[in-house]
Amino acid sequence: MKSYPLLSGLLLALVILSVSCSSASSSQNSQQSTAYIENKGSDTIVNLALAWAERYQSDYPDVRISVTGGGSGTGIAALINGTVDIANASRQIKKEEIDEAQANGIDPVEFVIARDAIAVIVNPENPVNELTLQQISDIYSGKISNWSEVGGEDRPIVRLSRETNSGTHVYFLETVLRLGEKENKTFFSANTLLLPSSEGIIAEVRQNPNAIGYDGLGYVPHDLKMIAIAEQQGGAFVLPSVETVNDATYPIARDLYMYTAGEPTGTVKIYLDWIITSDEAQGIVKELGFVPIK
Amino acid sequence: MEKDLNWREFVITRLIKVSGYSAIVFVALIFFFLLREGLPTLGEVSLSNLFSTRWYPIEDYYGILPLITGSLIVTVGASLIAIPFGIGTAIYIAEIAPRWVREILKPLVELLGGLPSVVLGFLGILVLSPWLRVSLNIPTGLTALAGSLLLGAIAIPTVVSVAEDALDTVPRSYREGSWALGATKWQTIWRVTLPAARSGVLTGVMLGIGRAIGETMAVMMVTGNAPVMALKLSSLFSPARTMTATIAAEMGEVASGSVHYHTLFFIGMVLFLISLAVNVAASSVVFRSKKRAERILS
Repeated sequence: MKSYPLLSGLLLALVILSVSCSSASSSQNSQQSTAYIENKGSDTIVNLALAWAERYQSDYPDVRISVTGGGSGTGIAALINGTVDIANASRQIKKEEIDEAQANGIDPVEFVIARDAIAVIVNPENPVNELTLQQISDIYSGKISNWSEVGGEDRPIVRLSRETNSGTHVYFLETVLRLGEKENKTFFSANTLLLPSSEGIIAEVRQNPNAIGYDGLGYVPHDLKMIAIAEQQGGAFVLPSVETVNDATYPIARDLYMYTAGEPTGTVKIYLDWIITSDEAQGIVKELGFVPIK
Repeated sequence: MEKDLNWREFVITRLIKVSGYSAIVFVALIFFFLLREGLPTLGEVSLSNLFSTRWYPIEDYYGILPLITGSLIVTVGASLIAIPFGIGTAIYIAEIAPRWVREILKPLVELLGGLPSVVLGFLGILVLSPWLRVSLNIPTGLTALAGSLLLGAIAIPTVVSVAEDALDTVPRSYREGSWALGATKWQTIWRVTLPAARSGVLTGVMLGIGRAIGETMAVMMVTGNAPVMALKLSSLFSPARTMTATIAAEMGEVASGSVHYHTLFFIGMVLFLISLAVNVAASSVVFRSKKRAERILS
């Protein structure tokens, strides 16, 4: 789920380049008009949006889609200013943003296009199967540092996390460590291992029975154990899966959105329908480690 | 004919001069660039924050002390491995080994030096760190020690190669003189050959340490990158975060011109100053020993 600004930039440049080439050639060869879609926003979604755009353009060469990142706020601001057709957001649009949009004569329409769930993983040798959100928060903040405190063996806990620049890190910090509370200023314990890649976390969890880690649900291989999580003490423990994410019983999951200015029409509508309903587009969701919406 | 030769001489000496000065110019330019990008940090981040012990840049905690101590402990560990093993190997190759062993060993060591560090890092993750965890019974193998071992392996070829060359250039008459006085082979190595080759051996050691402190990829893969203060020897057995790994991991995604960006360059500046200090210390030792050698010879 790491985003690559340089790569995205290059791809964008390619898209623009191919747009200019194809528009030149199509105007000579045929009278078919090329439709353009501007798509901007969340860095969490940017690779997914790029993958969709590439596939869609190879299927429908008369549509050109340019995708840029910058963050959910940037995308929505661009939608409000009327400079993009579709804004990507990894959070829901805020009340103030809706007001601002309406003041500009724009009525944002929301589409859930994929879901993002984070699985907490441990070594299969670890007897712990379930934890509450509060327990995971205490483990990562350093309040709990032995597995015996959460019903496991007498082993030290080795905390693994993605690097701070990863969107997954920030989401995990806000949703799990701080339990979604705005005022909560809990930090990752200083001795949390910050690994630069998903593969690093998976390799360490695979061989170390002391380790606890987290990663996007789609990236977790079958030989690692996922923890069932309860939102509250005494609540039901839920294992992450496509079903539990989609019926919102698994607590560490979020919807990923696209917003349009008013009900979409024409090419934009066809593109969004393709994203939401086609197996092809939702298959790409799965390939990139997110959860498809159906 | 003579005029032509003069002209060629003129061009060649100038070319050599330019390439000599260009190194200085490049270092100065790099340092200037680091200063320009790094110094704004001092205005943007309070000193008490900058020299605190918490590094968490996404929430504006810019304490660089854990990173400095992390780099130092990993480098010290690597030096403790690379210096004795490197010099030992160099002595063996240059002084003790029979000719055919020497002809196999030297290229092998140089081959080790040519291994990409990312390959060593990969071995570190898959083989070294699990082994360390089990055999030392520590919570995780991704520790400063794992980094030290890898960096030691990376620095050894440099040390061996330079030190062996230095030992090789010690005139044979020195050793013969020592043997003629009745010294054993070991006494000759320790009291005559090694001191005579001292400046070259030290250069090798410093180059090795320089290689270790600047190495990034292998370290980022195996040290766990946890920004904790490493002050005791036991910190070798816990995770550590080095300056190089921090820059490499975070520079790619940082907004250009932001406080975080400037701080990463500030770390680069600190790293540059540390390398400079190592080099200055080395050359002062080397120059001093040269003077003494000259005194003895005169």
